[in-house]
Order: sequence, then C-alpha cells, then structure tokens
Amino acid sequence: MTLEVRIEKRPGRSFHLGVDFSHNGGVLGMLGPSGCGKSMTLKCIAGIETPDRGRIVLNGRVLYDSDAGINLRPQQRRVGYLFQNYALFPRMTVAENIAIGVHGDDRTKRDAVARWLDRLHLSGLERRMPDQLSGGQQQRVALARMLAAEPEIVLMDEPFSALDAHLREEMQLLVLETVRDCGDVIIVSHSRDEIFKLSDSCLVLSDGSILGRGETRELFRRPGKLQVAKLTGCKNFSRAERMGGKRVRAIDWGLDLETESEPGVAINHVGIRAHDFTVVPDDEPDAPNQVRVAVRERSEDPFEWTVLFGSPAAPDDGESRLWWKYSKYMGINAIPKRLRLPPEALLLLED
Amino acid sequence: MLWPALLVSLKTASVSIAVTFFIGLFAARWVTGMRQRGLKTLVDCVFTLPLVLPPTVVGFFLLFIFGVNRPVGRFFVDFFSYKIAFSWSATVLAAVVVSFPLMYRAARGALELVDPDLVHAARTLGIPEGRIFWRVRFPTALPGVAAGAVLAFARGMGEFGATAMIAGNIAGRTRTLPLAVYSAVAAGDERAARDCVIVIVIVSFVALGLLNFFLAREKHAPRRTRR
Repeated sequence: MTLEVRIEKRPGRSFHLGVDFSHNGGVLGMLGPSGCGKSMTLKCIAGIETPDRGRIVLNGRVLYDSDAGINLRPQQRRVGYLFQNYALFPRMTVAENIAIGVHGDDRTKRDAVARWLDRLHLSGLERRMPDQLSGGQQQRVALARMLAAEPEIVLMDEPFSALDAHLREEMQLLVLETVRDCGDVIIVSHSRDEIFKLSDSCLVLSDGSILGRGETRELFRRPGKLQVAKLTGCKNFSRAERMGGKRVRAIDWGLDLETESEPGVAINHVGIRAHDFTVVPDDEPDAPNQVRVAVRERSEDPFEWTVLFGSPAAPDDGESRLWWKYSKYMGINAIPKRLRLPPEALLLLED
Repeated sequence: MLWPALLVSLKTASVSIAVTFFIGLFAARWVTGMRQRGLKTLVDCVFTLPLVLPPTVVGFFLLFIFGVNRPVGRFFVDFFSYKIAFSWSATVLAAVVVSFPLMYRAARGALELVDPDLVHAARTLGIPEGRIFWRVRFPTALPGVAAGAVLAFARGMGEFGATAMIAGNIAGRTRTLPLAVYSAVAAGDERAARDCVIVIVIVSFVALGLLNFFLAREKHAPRRTRR
C-alpha cells in the first residue's frame, strides 16, 4: 500500500501549500496548527479540492497528475474521508447512511449494514436518525459508512476534536483498531498527544510546508528544528551558541550546558521539554547542567503540577520563564532548589 | 361567477405549481453549481426579474414571445395548430413565469444552506452526482424548498396582470378568481366580488399557515456547521 503526494496549491495570495511525501503503510500523522494546510492536503488527496499542480498516486493508480491532465473525480478515487463534524446525511436513518456507499444489490447492502452495525456496536440503532444519536455514536456511524464503501486508504480530519474528553480516548482506541484492520490511514490533528498516540510516522506542517518528518517517536525525541520542537509540545527554548565539543551556551537562560553529542554547525537553539528536568538532591554538590529554581507561579492539574520559574539570565522576565511539569506520583513533596537538564534530554535545534 | 372562476384558478395553480416546482428546483441546482461568479450573478438576475417587474410588463413580454404572430406562438400554430394566447394554457404560462422566481430563490437559498461537507462525504463514498442531489441535497433542503413551493402556489393563484394580458378574461376558460373580482367590481356586482374575495383570503391564509409550518421545520433542519 503506497500513497505518493506531491502537490502545490495557492488558494489565496498569502498562503502557499507545497507538500511532497509518501506513505508506505500504517498510520501517518499530520501535525500542525490550524490553517497550516493539513486539511487542504487531505482534501486534495480525496478530490474535494484540486491542487494547482503536482501528482497524487495511490497504489499505482494516478489520482491526479497536472502534467498528464488527470484528475479523477472523488467518486473514482476510493479514498475514505472521515469529517470532523461527521457529515452524516441528516434525512437518512443510520442503516441508510451506511448502505448508501455500499456497492452491490440490496442483499449485499443489507449484509454490509448488519456487519458494520455489529462491528461498531451500533446494533439496535439502525432506525435512528443522526440527530437522535450521541456524538460518539455519530462518529461510529460515520466510520461504518466510510469503511462500508471499502476505501483503499482512510483520511481522518481532526476526527476526535468534537468529542468530549471522556469519550475521546475510548473512540481513539476503537477507531484506530477498526481502521488499521481496513488499510492505511492518514490522520490530521493539531493535538500532539493525539498524533503521538495514534501514528507510526508523522509529518509536521507549518504555513503550507513540511518542516519535519520521520518515525513519530523519533521525531518527538529529536525534532531538529525549533518550529518542530514547538509544535511537538516543547515549552522551553533558548538561543544557543556552540562552545566547542559537547557544550553549548544557552544565551536566554544564562547557562553553559553539556550535550549528549556534539552540536552541528547549524544549531542555534536549545530546548528542553517541561517533563524532562530531573530533581537535584539538596545535598549534591554543584554539577554541570543545573539551574536554580526561583518559583514564579505554580498550578495544579489533576495528575501533575506545573511550576514556572525564572531563568538565571533574566529572573524577572515573564517571557523567558521556564516550565517544569512533574507527576504528583513522583513523590516530590517540596520544590527542590535546583533542577538538572540531563544532556540526553536537551533538544539541539536549528531555526 | 364564483365557481367557474374558482375551478379555473385551482386548475391553473395546480398545474403551474407542478411545472414551477421542477423548473425552479433545476434552475436552482444549475445556478448553485455554477463556478463563474459573473455569469452566476447575471443568470440569477434574469431568473429573478419576473418577481420585480410589473406583471403587465411580464404579460407584454409573454405576448411578444407567444403572441399568434410572434415566432414561438406562430410555431405552435403552424406545427400543432394550437393557439397559446388567450387559451387556458396561457393562464398556466403566466402563472409559471410569475411564480418561478419565488420557487427558484427559495430552492437556491435552501440548497446553498446544505452543509458542503455532506456533498463532499457523498462524493468520497462513490455516490453519483444525480443520486447525491436526490438523496442528500434535496431531502436536506426540503423544508426550504417546500416553503418556496407554497409561496409560488399562492403567487400563481393570485396572478392577475400577466394573465389578463396573455390569457384575457374569458369566463369559464381564462377568468381566474382575481380576474373575476375585477370583472365583478367593474360590473357593479358587489356580492359576487365579495364571495370571490372571501375564497381568495381563505386560500391565502391556508397557504401562509403552511408556509410557517415549513419554515418552522427548516429552523430545526441541520445547517451548515460552524467552524
């Protein structure tokens, strides 16, 4: 199963979408802020939008090729699309919604409907209208409807953003498990948690172009670019200067830091995720990569604490505060005087 | 005076609404699917014109096209030996032309309010365009379309000016209720006029009741989702 996409589109004067990627099976995540072009990319693949130029090939079938003048209609593409608002047909029952995309005679349709109702735990709801369903049920119907049409690839546009938090995790597991069985998936989201949890490989988009790509866990561990680190949820950044060897100077933090590997020539920023600080015991002598904690603010989440502390270079500057998050179950009772920035947790970044 | 006129009116309004409904619906479908902005605006103006023109002007145009010595009228006389002007079918013609914009505009508005993602979803499911229209867009837009049909029916029923010009005022054949009111008043028959007026008011009242019913349903109909 392969999808190759190389497209350009300029829908307005200020925005230019230019992406080039291929997807070779499994779940591909697309992460980016709203308006970065990720939904537009999905719509071009599905044929809902037409790119200005480029080429889209799915399993050897050319869906779009501007040079050859090929542009298959969405009906011919066999690309499933799960809409953020589900887009269930409002005047059809659940069963009719599912049946309408099934190819074949009435009997085939009936069988397919029964199978999908059962598979997605919708039995008993077949005569309901979409507006009589809960959000989770609507999503399951949308999923059943999409998969019953037997697409070769499934595109999901922010599929979980309209769900309540308690339903979201449940649906994420169900949807992914069901969809994985049926083929390849591209999932678009602005939520790094969702992308991290659901995708095997991922693309990070900003302003219409791809900033980072790779195996998801690896990309989160080594984002490489400042923008990618920000989009994958890193909170703490400083401009940085290389000091030779495995050392950098974090200018905004006023710290000289040891790194795990020698920073490349292009490295000009350093970052650390809020969860990656480690506690330095009070009786331990001054060692490298430590920072004094001058607490400015503290806030509580259900399972973790967030501490904001001033950076040594500008202790009272609100902009350069550092974020530290730690789980309530780590047994940290008092905020330590010093935190360590482990060399292996430092993100070496370029602009 | 009342009964023949009521019969002509009901016949005219029923036939004309059946014609207007489909022409209006297809015109709306066509215009909503148009890509070129300029052409779309132009076509929209032309389709709406009969609504704002005085009915006598519409009647003048109809005579100009369908009159016995005009191209289309001549064609019908020559090939079908049928005279459109001053026949019953002319009352239908006048009612269709005058009520068309109401049907067209209501249907266009209702179709444009259908969430575009419904159509996109239908396309990705492999459903052909024609089926998407009848199974997805039309049913979703139905309350608005029905409201337009009620208005168009009422307008067809009340048509006077264009009918008088192209169909005349022939008792029992082209004399509809509004024309009957006019004739009765002109002849000084106040009772007959009053009877006709009562019937027209009742019919209009029922139409408005239906209209409100459909519009109330449209409020509950699924709309374009907010982003």
